[in-house]
Amino acid sequence: MAEIVIRNLRKEFGAFTAVKGSSFTIKDGEFFMLLGPSGCGKTTTLRMIAGLELPTSGQILIDGEDVSQKPASQRDIAMVFQMFALYPHMNVRKNISYPLVSQGVPKTQIAAKVAEVARILDIEDILDKPVGGLAGGDRQRVALGRAIVRNPKAFMMDEPLGALDAEFREHMAEELRALHDRMKATTVYVTHDQLEAMQMGDKIVVMNHGVVEQFGTPQDIYDHPATLFVADFIGSPAMNFLRFDGTAQAGSSAIRVGDLSIDLPELQESATGALVLGVRPEHVALADDAPYRGRVEASEYLGTTQIVTLSTPHGPVKARIPSGDVARLGETVGLRLNARTLSLFDANTGRALRTAANAGVHHG
Amino acid sequence: MTAYSITEPTPRSKLIAGLLVVLYTIVTLLPLVWIISTGFKSGPDSISYPPKVLFEPSLEGYVNLFTTRTRVAAEEFQNLPPAETWYDEIVRDSGMVIAGPSRFGERFLNSVIIGFGSTFLSIFLGTLAAYAFSRFKVPLKDDLLFFILSTRMMPPIAVAIPIYLMYRELGLSDTHLGMILLYTAVNISLAVWLLKGFIDEIPREYEEAALIDGYTRFQAFRKVVLPQAATGIASTAIFCLIFAWNEYAFAVLLTSGTAQTAPPFIPTIIGVGGQDWPAVAAGATIFLLPVMIFTILLRKHLLRGITFGAVRK
Repeated sequence: MAEIVIRNLRKEFGAFTAVKGSSFTIKDGEFFMLLGPSGCGKTTTLRMIAGLELPTSGQILIDGEDVSQKPASQRDIAMVFQMFALYPHMNVRKNISYPLVSQGVPKTQIAAKVAEVARILDIEDILDKPVGGLAGGDRQRVALGRAIVRNPKAFMMDEPLGALDAEFREHMAEELRALHDRMKATTVYVTHDQLEAMQMGDKIVVMNHGVVEQFGTPQDIYDHPATLFVADFIGSPAMNFLRFDGTAQAGSSAIRVGDLSIDLPELQESATGALVLGVRPEHVALADDAPYRGRVEASEYLGTTQIVTLSTPHGPVKARIPSGDVARLGETVGLRLNARTLSLFDANTGRALRTAANAGVHHG
Repeated sequence: MTAYSITEPTPRSKLIAGLLVVLYTIVTLLPLVWIISTGFKSGPDSISYPPKVLFEPSLEGYVNLFTTRTRVAAEEFQNLPPAETWYDEIVRDSGMVIAGPSRFGERFLNSVIIGFGSTFLSIFLGTLAAYAFSRFKVPLKDDLLFFILSTRMMPPIAVAIPIYLMYRELGLSDTHLGMILLYTAVNISLAVWLLKGFIDEIPREYEEAALIDGYTRFQAFRKVVLPQAATGIASTAIFCLIFAWNEYAFAVLLTSGTAQTAPPFIPTIIGVGGQDWPAVAAGATIFLLPVMIFTILLRKHLLRGITFGAVRK
């Protein structure tokens, strides 16, 4: 198993730049998520790590060795493709043993290895079936089997759950994570699904337009988004943005929004002009005595909680409150924002201002 | 009234469709039946009018096809030892004796060598080229593909004279190699275009999986792409073989002896003096067999090949 270091990785396809100078480190044994909307460069990054695309510039180090210009076959990594890419002209057993055949492993050893993998993945009964007729979950397991059979340095997974139906995804996600915990293999996993990333990942890189927006643990990224894009992309419903013109003063623990003062974590840098105050829906409470007022426009019932949409002088705000609380349509109520959790962004750069709360968070 | 579903044809339309198919089958098969039956007729039966549907089968045509015969003087004919074999006997019945084997076997073998040789070469080169066009960034790819296709925009025979002169200069006239190269040159554009279509349909992920699994690009091509392109290769091979096998004009022009194929040879069987239709028909029948067998063997692939892309995904 291995540590993977990405340094200033860049990939151009003609005039189009898919990845613009990414840098991050994947620690040995980490379950690492590359997250972003489609076209953000996450798959290209994965393919460069795998050796299916060669970078235009920059370095990829696997276990300290620069492999950026080496072909895939010399990198000793395994990959699970979105559509599984099982060899259609071979049965399950041959598919799983194929990576070992290329290494010239003796037949008896291959048989033992395949049997072991089949036991781990619980696919012993389908070993001699052709891959054509397999159900989605079984294909997924065979693809995993082909990846784990030769103990590679790292696993690449390109939206491996994307081809499964919703019901089965949940189950497979758990299985994948359990498999990872058991094998402790460095895994790089591409997904556009933020819930999947948060649920399974040790670390997440959020990419957009070929740029790494933020790199960190799921909790850091959720609680302290480094940019407006990350704040908007992660979380459902997304973070609320109150847009206003004002001045943020380093050392201050409050900011004037209109004619009100709102408390937030102590600011460590100053900014003037268009600002955005970010607050997660679950950190908005309805309180009659709060000075910041909004009108209840809609309410969505979600079982244990409900999402209440309010209109405020700075745009719509969604609040996640217990479903037992009453919010009457048309009523004007007070909104109490949880000061510790607020983020303040510079609207022009999209970057979060440094505060006492997010000081340790990595930017892209 | 009976209700019929929209997708299910009515019995009457089924009947009409069936009749049309039967009619079409008769029209296409009749010439074949004619040729095959003529091959087994005796000389007089083959030219009788109205044509005989029922006749006494004879192997005279086949014997004449494979032998050259000569007429001997009447008294000498009487003194000959009795016929040793059944084909000797057939020839004696017509008042002649066998002088030796004909060249048909040789010409037929030439057809096999040139036909299958050029098919193999077309497929070999075509698959590699199609793979490159399908998978790699080839400079001027579209122009090259158009150029390759443009070689088919006029009938090949239009360039017969330059090719004749060129072949004479290069010493390729009347050689097996020359004919193989010529038919390959004509077939290669068809092969590249057809095969590119088939290879385009094979998802790249399969090769990428093989690359990741530790195989080189060429190994991935051979072990993963080729087996999946088998359908396309088979149907392309049939098209190439049919052209090379049936080609007549260039064969007449460029071959006369060593490398002469069956198509220009068969008309010469007609003989001097009489018109030996049964022998010609026998030659045509045998000539039909290889392509027929090849096509029947690959039939499954051919049908899948034609509908390829229409039903996948």
